[in-house]
Parts: sequence; C-alpha cells; structure tokens
Amino acid sequence: MADYKITADSFKPAHIAKEQQEKLGTDNMTFMQDAMRRLRHNKMAMISLWIIIAFIVISLLSFFFSPSNPNTQHLKWNNLPPKIANWSIPGFRGYGVSAGAKVNVYAQNNVPNNVWFVLGTDSLGRDIFSRILVGTRVSLFIAFMATLFDLTIGVVYGLVSGWKGGMVDTVLQRIIEIISSIPNLVVAILMLLVFKPGLTSIIIAIGFTGWVTMARLVRAQTLQIKDQEYVLAARTLGESSVKIAMKHLIPNLSSTIIIQTMFTIPTAIFFEAFLSYIGIGIPSPTASLGTLLSDGQKNFRFLPYQMVYPAIVISVLMISFNLLADGLRDAFDPRTTR
Amino acid sequence: MADEKEKLVQVRHLVQTFNPGKKTEVRAIQDISFDIYRGETLGLVGESGSGKTTTGRAIIRLYKPTSGEILFDGSDIAGLHNGSKEMKEFRREMQMIFQDPYASLNPRMKVKDIIAEGIDIHHLAKDDDDRDAQVANLLQLVGLNPDHATRYPHEFSGGQRQRIGIARALAVQPQFIIADEPISALDVSIQAQVVNLLKNIQDQRNLTYLFIAHDLSMVKYISDRIAVMHYGRIVELSTADEVYNHPLHPYTQSLLSAIPIPDPEVQKRRERIYYDASAENDGAERNMVEITPGHFVFASDDEVQGYKDQAAKYAADEQ
Repeated sequence: MADYKITADSFKPAHIAKEQQEKLGTDNMTFMQDAMRRLRHNKMAMISLWIIIAFIVISLLSFFFSPSNPNTQHLKWNNLPPKIANWSIPGFRGYGVSAGAKVNVYAQNNVPNNVWFVLGTDSLGRDIFSRILVGTRVSLFIAFMATLFDLTIGVVYGLVSGWKGGMVDTVLQRIIEIISSIPNLVVAILMLLVFKPGLTSIIIAIGFTGWVTMARLVRAQTLQIKDQEYVLAARTLGESSVKIAMKHLIPNLSSTIIIQTMFTIPTAIFFEAFLSYIGIGIPSPTASLGTLLSDGQKNFRFLPYQMVYPAIVISVLMISFNLLADGLRDAFDPRTTR
Repeated sequence: MADEKEKLVQVRHLVQTFNPGKKTEVRAIQDISFDIYRGETLGLVGESGSGKTTTGRAIIRLYKPTSGEILFDGSDIAGLHNGSKEMKEFRREMQMIFQDPYASLNPRMKVKDIIAEGIDIHHLAKDDDDRDAQVANLLQLVGLNPDHATRYPHEFSGGQRQRIGIARALAVQPQFIIADEPISALDVSIQAQVVNLLKNIQDQRNLTYLFIAHDLSMVKYISDRIAVMHYGRIVELSTADEVYNHPLHPYTQSLLSAIPIPDPEVQKRRERIYYDASAENDGAERNMVEITPGHFVFASDDEVQGYKDQAAKYAADEQ
C-alpha cells in the first residue's frame, strides 16, 4: 500500500444525476401489505386464522353434509360413547364404564355394526357431532351479526359524534353512557318479555349494547384525526364531510376498527353461549354450544364426552379469535407490540 | 408603489373568538385589518400564540370568523356557508400549504390521489388519462419524479413531502396561497429549496402569497411586505425593508433584536431589547396609523408623535 499516493486528483465530487437524487429504492408497499407481512410472521395469529377459516368452512358445509339430523332422537341408542367405524382409536372404540367395568356400550344396546356416532350421543340419543356443528354455526352467526352491528352502528355513531363535536357529541355520548350503564344480561332478560327466547332476542340484545365500545374508540380516534393537517387540507379543497369520512377517516381508523371487531366477536360468542347455558338463550331442540354444555354437564361425571367436546370447540374458537385479534393489533400498530 | 396595485384580499376588522361566552373563551384575533395586493407576498410574523395561524385559517375559512369582513376579489367570503356553491368556487381560488409535512399527507393514500384530490372535487380532469397527466405535470413542477405518483407518503423525506403538499395546493390552480409556516419543520438546507420553489412558482403562475412564519430572515427573503402580529393584533405593517431597517413599534424592535447573528464577535455584543406588553393594556384606544407612507403602526393618538420622531431620526441617520 506504500506506493499508493493520494493526490488532490483523488478527490472529486461524486456526480449524481438529478433524477437519481429523487429516486426511491424501496419496494412499493401499501399499508395493508405491510401489515399482512407482519401478521404472517406471527405464528400464533396465523394458526388461529387458519383454525377460524376451518371452523367457518366446516360449519358452512354442515348445511349440506351432516352425519345425521341433529334433532332426531334415537331413544334406544342414548348415551352412546364416541366411536369411529370399527377402527381401534383410543377413546373412539365405543367403550364405556358401567358398574366399574369397561363394557362395549354399542354391543350392550344392540346397535347394528354399521351404525356409529363420532362423538357419541346425548341422553336423548341425538348425534353430538351434528349438534356441535349446528352450535358452531349459531356461534359464528352471532359473531357475524355482532360484527355487522359494530361496523354499522358503532363506526357510524363514533364518526358522527367525533366529527360533529359540540352539542351533537355531548348528546350522543350521554346516550352511550345510559346504554352502557344497563348490564347486557338485563337487556337480554327484558327482551324475553317482548320476544320469544331465541336467536332474535339475543341478536337484538347485542345490537342494543354490543357496539358501544366500538363507537367510543372510533370517536376518540376521530377526534385525534380530524385536526390532522391532511383533513384540514381536504376541507380547504372543498371536500364534503361524507367524502372526508370515507377517504380520510375510515382508512386511518381501519386498524382500530378491525382490531375492535376481533375483540367483539369472542365477547358476543360467549354472551350467546352463556345465555343458552343458563337456559334463556337458544330454546331446545335447536343446539347451541351453550345448551350442549349445560346438557353435558348433568352427566359429566359418568359420560364426560358429552361436555368435553363442545367445551373444546368453544374454547378453541374463543382463543383463536383472541389470538388473531392480538396478532392483528400488533400487525397494524407495531408501536404497541410488547 | 403597492398602493396602485389591485387589492386581492382585504381583511376588515376581523375578530376570531373561540368558545365565546364560556370560561374557556379565547380571543385569538382582536380586530385586525390589512390588504394583500395581487402578485405580492405578505409575510406574517409574530411569536408563538400571537394568532398568525388562526389568521390564516380564518381567511381560508377553516374557521368561521366571529365578526369582520374578508373581501376576496371584491366579494365578502366571511359569511359563506359550508357546502354552498359560492364556497366551492372560493375553495378553488384559495389554497393552503401546511406546516408539518408529516401530518399534512394522508398516509393511506397514494401520492397521485393526494395531489388529484382537488382535481376530483372540482372535476378539473376530463378523464383518467388527463388526471394522470395533470398529476405528472404538477410533480415535475415541484421537482419530483412523475414515477413517484404511485408511492405512499411515508417513503418520502420531509422536503419531498412538503413539495407534494405544494403540488396538491397548486392542483386546483388557485390565485392565492396561504403558506402556514411551510418551512418550520424542515432542516435549513431544505428550507432554501422549498422557499425558492415557492418563489419560482409565484413568478410562473402569478400567485399571491400570505407567508406565515416565525423565521424572520426567511420572511424577509420571500416577502414584499411584512405584518408583525402580537397578542392577536397587527402592531406594524410595512415593506420588508422598512420593517427590518426602520422598526418603529417596540415589539418589532424586540423581535428583531432576538435574531441570533452568525458571527461570534457580533453575536457576543448583540443586546436583546425586552418588550413590555403591559403598555398595551393602558386602556388607550389604538388604531393603525400611517407614520410614513406605507408604514403602519398600531398606536394611540399620544404615541403617534413619538413614532414620527423616530422615523425622522431614521431618515436623518441615513443621510
């Protein structure tokens, strides 16, 4: 290196063309793509997402393919344990405990060899697997309705309250306070006075109170965003309030909205299951995860499968929604990552 | 002289009060009047909280003025209602460039859609191709690459973002632009770039500017005339050179004495003049008085003679 001489000529200003100076090197990525990329890195959230998708697909397919009619009673074949064909899978062989000894319950009840119930039957001889499918469908339908109320009433209410401000905001917020001061359960019970117990009254109860948190969050965010300079810029350009809401507010609120929806869903599912469990929800004979749990609980010590499987389904469903919500929150708002 | 020029904006006794009648009442602007001539740049300076930004936002009707008149091109726009036809027309004529380039662009929109927002609202494009062409032109005008149209704002630097903001304001072909501290959030090398860009565009398109800032050296560079604001009032208004070289109002003198000088020797000897605002609250009625031609000072009748003496002294010193 000794023979390398540094002279004044060694130093020349680097020449960069004008266009090069303004060039951007990064990939063209939208906010959504960026968020989805972060979500894909979150294993738990992705597993949850696929589980939820599987639940939705299976419960939709069960409209067309169900192992047996969920409400048909086989009184001679009641309380049969789980059995899958004549395969020898532990826990699915059709054996049960009777008087301290292990017996083949299917043989005891003279069930034909070609008849078997994947998750067994309940005390009225109804196929538990088919009933779980129906119950999942009911839960997902409740989840869908809760989302619908969140996105329509909740978002619009919050936007109007935050954007208009002043008197309108004050009045709307007092109404929300009144609504949220009435417990959900009380609303649901009051609905029973007017409507028959069933899906309708549960949905109306959710529609009455379920969107309150969403409205509050959207309002708080709107208050923040409406003084941002890009909203002022849109106003100086003469954009109408509705268009500002569509183009500027909702896209910037989308992460809050999506995350809150994902947290509303498990709450709604649990609300329905709880009402059904205490007997003021979905009336029999229609199955719901809550009624299955309460039926199964009666025989839990002797026939645990009647309660275990519905319990697994509702637990997995709730955990999946919660984990996915956590994952989405982290993906949309990297700053909140613990 | 400026007097012979056409007045584009005339502000008459503008008052802007927030939460009137409540405990939280704020009198942000207290009866100000000034004119802006077509093709000039009026600099508006003053300390933080003096009402500069509020003045800009009241003129562009982001706020509804409490009282007073704003004549734009001869018609009063202070009473226009949001959503009316006149308001929509007015929105095309007057535009604003914002302070914070990071907050003034919607992060969820492409640059193309940000710039074309005004074009869409006022239906200025015949079809999508025309819209794209207009956006490409605007990007070139502000020194950006037309390829940037499909990018999102977070990919740009502060200076580039500010230029996107300028392109958005120019998209509706306005006559008058309010620049609300457009360079305060940028670093010094980029400040010059943006200010020179604003000057070039002003020459090309014969624009009129209201330039709000607290950086006095930048304001002197870009402005034809300067208005000094304090506590929601204009205390001095004159040409840029007059305000700089012959400041009359004690607040202006105080403000000018606060500018650091980039020469250590001189800087050491610089003395700050402190301004005692209590003199304003003595109850005397004050108005804008023309001390020398074109040089207005907010003064009571008793004070006029003092300012006149001082102006005469400046004149004598120069001879």
